[in-house]
Amino acid sequence: MELQHVNVKIYVEGELRIDLEQLIEVFHRWVSQQTTEELLIDVADYRHVPAGPSIVLVGHEADYALDHADDRCGLVYNRKAVVEGSNTDRLKQALRAAIAACKQLESEVDRPADLRFSRQEFEVIINDRVLAPNSESAYSDCRQEVEAMLQSFCGDTGCSFQRHSEDPRCRLGVVVKTSQPIDFTSVA
Amino acid sequence: MKASNELWKESLAGKIPEQLVEEIETFEVEMQLRSQCKVDEKVFAETRLRRGVYGQRYDNGRRHDGTESKQLGYSNQKQTKGPDTVWDAPGMQRIKIPYGGLNPEQLELLAELAEEYSDGIAHITTRQDVQLHYIHVENTPAIMRRLASVGITTREACGNSVRNVTGCPFAGICRDEAFDVTPYAHALTQFLLGHPDAQNFGRKFKPTFSGCAQHSCGLTAMHDLGFTAAIREVDGEKQRGFKMYVGGGLGAVPRQAKLFDEFVIPEEILPLSQAMAKVFGKHGEKKIRSRARLKFMIEKMGMEQFKQKVLEEREKLEHDPCWTDYLENIDSWQEVPLHPAGETLPENGDPRFNQWRSENLRQQRQEGYVTATVTLPLGDMAPYQMRGLAEIVRQFTNGTVRSTVEQNLVIRWVSNDDVPALYEALGAIGLNEPGASCITDIVACPGTDTCKLGISSSRGLAAELRNRLERKGFELDEAIRNLHIKISGCFNSCGQHHVCDIGFYGANRTVKGFKVPHFQVVLGGQWEENAGSYGLPIVAIPSKRVPDALERITDLFVRTREADEAFTKFVGRIGKAKIRQILEDLTEELPEPEAEPTFYADWGDPRQYSIGDIGKGECAGEVVTQYEFEMAGAERMIFGAQVSLENGNPPQAGEEAYAAMLRSAKALVQIQYDDVTNDAEEIVEEFKERYFDTEIFLDPFAGPKFANYLFAAYDAFSVGAVEHTSESAHHFVEEAQLFVEAVHTCYNRIRSEPGILSNGTSAR
Repeated sequence: MELQHVNVKIYVEGELRIDLEQLIEVFHRWVSQQTTEELLIDVADYRHVPAGPSIVLVGHEADYALDHADDRCGLVYNRKAVVEGSNTDRLKQALRAAIAACKQLESEVDRPADLRFSRQEFEVIINDRVLAPNSESAYSDCRQEVEAMLQSFCGDTGCSFQRHSEDPRCRLGVVVKTSQPIDFTSVA
Repeated sequence: MKASNELWKESLAGKIPEQLVEEIETFEVEMQLRSQCKVDEKVFAETRLRRGVYGQRYDNGRRHDGTESKQLGYSNQKQTKGPDTVWDAPGMQRIKIPYGGLNPEQLELLAELAEEYSDGIAHITTRQDVQLHYIHVENTPAIMRRLASVGITTREACGNSVRNVTGCPFAGICRDEAFDVTPYAHALTQFLLGHPDAQNFGRKFKPTFSGCAQHSCGLTAMHDLGFTAAIREVDGEKQRGFKMYVGGGLGAVPRQAKLFDEFVIPEEILPLSQAMAKVFGKHGEKKIRSRARLKFMIEKMGMEQFKQKVLEEREKLEHDPCWTDYLENIDSWQEVPLHPAGETLPENGDPRFNQWRSENLRQQRQEGYVTATVTLPLGDMAPYQMRGLAEIVRQFTNGTVRSTVEQNLVIRWVSNDDVPALYEALGAIGLNEPGASCITDIVACPGTDTCKLGISSSRGLAAELRNRLERKGFELDEAIRNLHIKISGCFNSCGQHHVCDIGFYGANRTVKGFKVPHFQVVLGGQWEENAGSYGLPIVAIPSKRVPDALERITDLFVRTREADEAFTKFVGRIGKAKIRQILEDLTEELPEPEAEPTFYADWGDPRQYSIGDIGKGECAGEVVTQYEFEMAGAERMIFGAQVSLENGNPPQAGEEAYAAMLRSAKALVQIQYDDVTNDAEEIVEEFKERYFDTEIFLDPFAGPKFANYLFAAYDAFSVGAVEHTSESAHHFVEEAQLFVEAVHTCYNRIRSEPGILSNGTSAR
């Protein structure tokens, strides 16, 4: 199974205490300064949709969003362009990009205590139903890939995994809990 | 671009109707040709528009960040998908939903597409379509295939074509309708889709169906072609028919549709529509886009002459069984409920439920059933909501759901007994908001969020007004609860600001040397009676003061309203001058930019406001002549012939090359004779008479050589299939290519020497 179009959602720790208006400003600044590896294009505001993508920073190769899906706030990195290499490479690329964005966001809000992302819990979703249908066997394969990636990414061998949803209409996804916090500062 | 695009082609093989497969493959070839610069960018733009693949803000590869316009760093800035439109820049995919009719499978598929290709949102438009934004053009064939697998086409969703046939979402269940217009709307959709007589328009053409005259569900008065159901008695028998209206439209120059015929029998609605399309194609403006809608043609020609021309065309049409075949199965359209009819509608102690019950439910004509309107803020839905809704629709109905022109969805055939459970189920996916068709249910076009023409943030303003009005909740006076607010980001009226109680459209003004977003306040419009009258702008207010303006207008209404006076009547009685007077101070003295910078930014957008991102809209499509379209088709066929040669299929290559020759010859003939058919004999005869015998086609150097290629091919193919070897097919494809080139040369000569055609003289 080829794991392209990897999404990583890193949850916000505790309650989100910032005004999302502030994030719209931050994302606009990112577009203006082109702060990420991807070409950034636009900011879309969907705060009016309950448990929706809230604020999306639209890019050419990837989108970022502060998303409220499943009533759980988190930063989503959505890789749209194809990534060469192995599945581990692709999973790592998405996780790295998500962590980098989280780090940058934490540093840009007025009061850092108001926005902190979890170091131990995130989701991996494969945003392509024909490459990765949400079946039991595909989940098993995907989980192994994620496990292997985490071992090489942060040496963690004690992670726990859970299938994101068993509804075959939903995308294939793995919720990951690491045994040790991931050190964001060490992620390049 | 998605890694899986080719996989979808494989996995959906055999699951898509053959015609749709062919159409999508044709589009893929056109994309390929454009990427090789073998098709003009203007022609490709119109081609993709006719597949619903639309441009979006910033697609010229630039974006204004408030202080300056910056280049977006696409790696390939030179490759384009239209004039000044970068290939890689994201665009919008419009998906036609005829009369708003959806089923659960389609909802689920739309959810998948929103998730996998868009930004996680599907948007319902004011013409019952669905739009996905931020789509890469190279993903569109896969999207089209997936849509086709659930019976949806995007064909002619944009461009100079017959757009979505809209219709009353309550058709078949409404207490006030004459009869169910659904089968007729469906028949017209199918009949005009890709119809040869509807391919040569200078602008778009929008049809609609309404079941009654008094409500607003079909908005007959603002469409190019509107049908309102009516019943008459003939010899004591009730007969179905339609009041037929033509030439309506909003936009910068709105026009009310005019009555074409008091009563058109069902057997005549398709042929009359076909005749009308022919007249519009023949006589409609092609060069000046701002005057190319049907409304202007009728204005210029006069209704009588227009009618005469349509009826003349109607007389000339050869009978088509499609005109009436569908009438035999009209009763099969009757929907059936899933659950038995319920008793009286339940109430409970929850005020929010009761509010939802009174605002979102509507008693059906069929006792014991209701429709439930799902209010979608700004017409937006998340994928999980669409999947959840699909389940709900399955659970409570036989899969009957429709989108509305107020950017909502309507679930039909809900048993009264199921209402509390439905409310709970909708609540679980955040879709049991009350306020359907009320003041909080604000309609807005995409505006500056994604539209290239947007001047001000219509969605930003709508969200702000909605939030403020909802906070007031139960404090809102009953008199204003049922008012309609509609907002457009510019004067083009996609938000339908002319046909509501209080409309706004985007404008800009310069204040203290800075650009400031404004909205014109539009009053006097009418939503009921199918958009019975259009409002007029009274004053432009800075965007950030529009909520104050709304509050003042509604306060004045509440304070000075007479008895049960409707808002439109109130505006007429009080007068626009008086209302303008109470708003006057809002237009004056903005604070300095340093003191209040927010006045110089738009709603939901912190950038200093500018109009630097306004581009050329694609609503009007590209002015592409029928000749250019036919020639693009011929080029595609030649390309196909080359591919067939490469694939070792010489007979196929020969047939495609011959088809390309005929198509390009037809393109020339059509310049003089619009009614030429696809019959090879007719094309060749007409070509010979008009271009060969008159020597117009003769090449200055090669003489009749290229024309003779066509004649020889015709002679060969007209007696049966030609058995080409690889070598002979290769020669033949070369000849066909030379013929197509000669057609281009001839056309260029005609354009540079317009007298050639009338004089019938040789270019030599």
